Amino acid sequence: MSLTRPPLYAVHEDNGASFTGFGGWDMPVEFDGIRTEHQAVREDVGIFDVSHMGQVRITGPDAAELNGRLLTNKVHSMEIGEGRYNGMLNEEGNLIEDTIVYRQPDADGTEQYLAVPNVGNDEMMADRWRAHRDEWGLDADIEIETEDYAMVAVQGPNAPEQVDAATDEDVLDVGRYSGTYATIDGVEMWVARTGYTGEDGFEIAGPVAEAETLWNAFDDVQPCGLGARDTLRMEYGLLLSGQDFDPEETPATPYEAKIGFAVDLDHEFVGRDVLQQQQEEGVDKEFVGLKLNDRGVPRHGYPIESPDGDEIGTVTSGTMAPTIGEAIGLGYVDTDYAEPGTDVNIMIRDAPKSATIESHRFLA
Amino acid sequence: MSYETHDDLYYTEDHEWARPEDGTATIGLADYAQDELGDLVFFELPAVGDELTQGDAFAVVESIKAVSDVYAPVSGEVIEVNEALHDNPELTNEDPYGDGWLVKVEMADPDELDNLYDIDAYEAELLE
Repeated sequence: MSLTRPPLYAVHEDNGASFTGFGGWDMPVEFDGIRTEHQAVREDVGIFDVSHMGQVRITGPDAAELNGRLLTNKVHSMEIGEGRYNGMLNEEGNLIEDTIVYRQPDADGTEQYLAVPNVGNDEMMADRWRAHRDEWGLDADIEIETEDYAMVAVQGPNAPEQVDAATDEDVLDVGRYSGTYATIDGVEMWVARTGYTGEDGFEIAGPVAEAETLWNAFDDVQPCGLGARDTLRMEYGLLLSGQDFDPEETPATPYEAKIGFAVDLDHEFVGRDVLQQQQEEGVDKEFVGLKLNDRGVPRHGYPIESPDGDEIGTVTSGTMAPTIGEAIGLGYVDTDYAEPGTDVNIMIRDAPKSATIESHRFLA
Repeated sequence: MSYETHDDLYYTEDHEWARPEDGTATIGLADYAQDELGDLVFFELPAVGDELTQGDAFAVVESIKAVSDVYAPVSGEVIEVNEALHDNPELTNEDPYGDGWLVKVEMADPDELDNLYDIDAYEAELLE
């Protein structure tokens, strides 16, 4: 299968990027080294090309209801400019995907919603929305716009002033998870106060023809690749779709994955009954952070064992964390072992290595 | 992008190197390998006395983003291990042909060097 190149591919190549295949896209993984890029985002500001993220537009009189019935958060009652983080569940209550949905300004009196699913999941989402729309007889249009837009993330403590300086409008009062249209070098772009690094910042989508305008709109920002994006999100315990949850490989409900803040049980949605039951009875496994005490690095798929040698869970993500300066992991363990401070072993190449359970939000 | 190479070394297609000297060989990762892997964070190295077999994995190297096996360019018994890499794995990023070496072996069969690339063949390989 050939990889899709982002509109800024040649610009990244000139910048000395190395590339990696990710969900069908050929994306920059590194520009100046993961540590350098990671540190820039934690202490100053970095820019990521995230044009691989999906963009799905849902419009029409029943768009809000359709979103609400397929997503865990209160997306059926958003004001214009609001955005919310959601789980998308199957009938068993397990996460298929996580996505932010924004309500954008109405166009011609019609409600407009933009969903930003993970790489490679735009068609899955659109198919699911269309099938349920037809099943429920709702009036909504669903369009995939992924390749119509370039998207960047500007992240770090100095990101807000950079984005504010690049936009004609004042964007500093845009709240967390909210978005607005703003003008960058004469081009209207969607500017949202979201990100995947744990730092303040914005994600900005502009027309694909203006991709370079968008990329070059900021002075003295460190270009960052997917490598740093991954280490940054891990230190804050942010989930990676398909890796930290997956309906087949790593089934997990939002409560098990510790994103209960994105669940509103006061509305009907696919998978809700399972969540209601879990809320009453508790969960059997929980998403946790792990710090390795021995030498090594936790990685996706490594088993987690109790000190007695019983398998109690699995690592879903891991790295040598640049800001923390230690080897960390994320994963699921039986609830009995989920308390921070609990001693466990991570099996690295069949050898037990001592690790301690921590909050999955290492830096939060 | 150009990579540093040395004419006293023999190279594998997986970008390990061997420096033969008086029946021993020092083994390490080539400049290309350390650059491809990126910031190195962990080495799992064999112990003194372990036997290496040419072409077989004998060590594990981890960068921030990935785990890779390291393959033995020659067979032999390990006589020295670069213990400094345990605390400073980045030495192999900074000086892959010097302070960043991995192990030293007593070569079982110096003729095995004929199976490896010399500098000319290796540079040709890098250009591909």
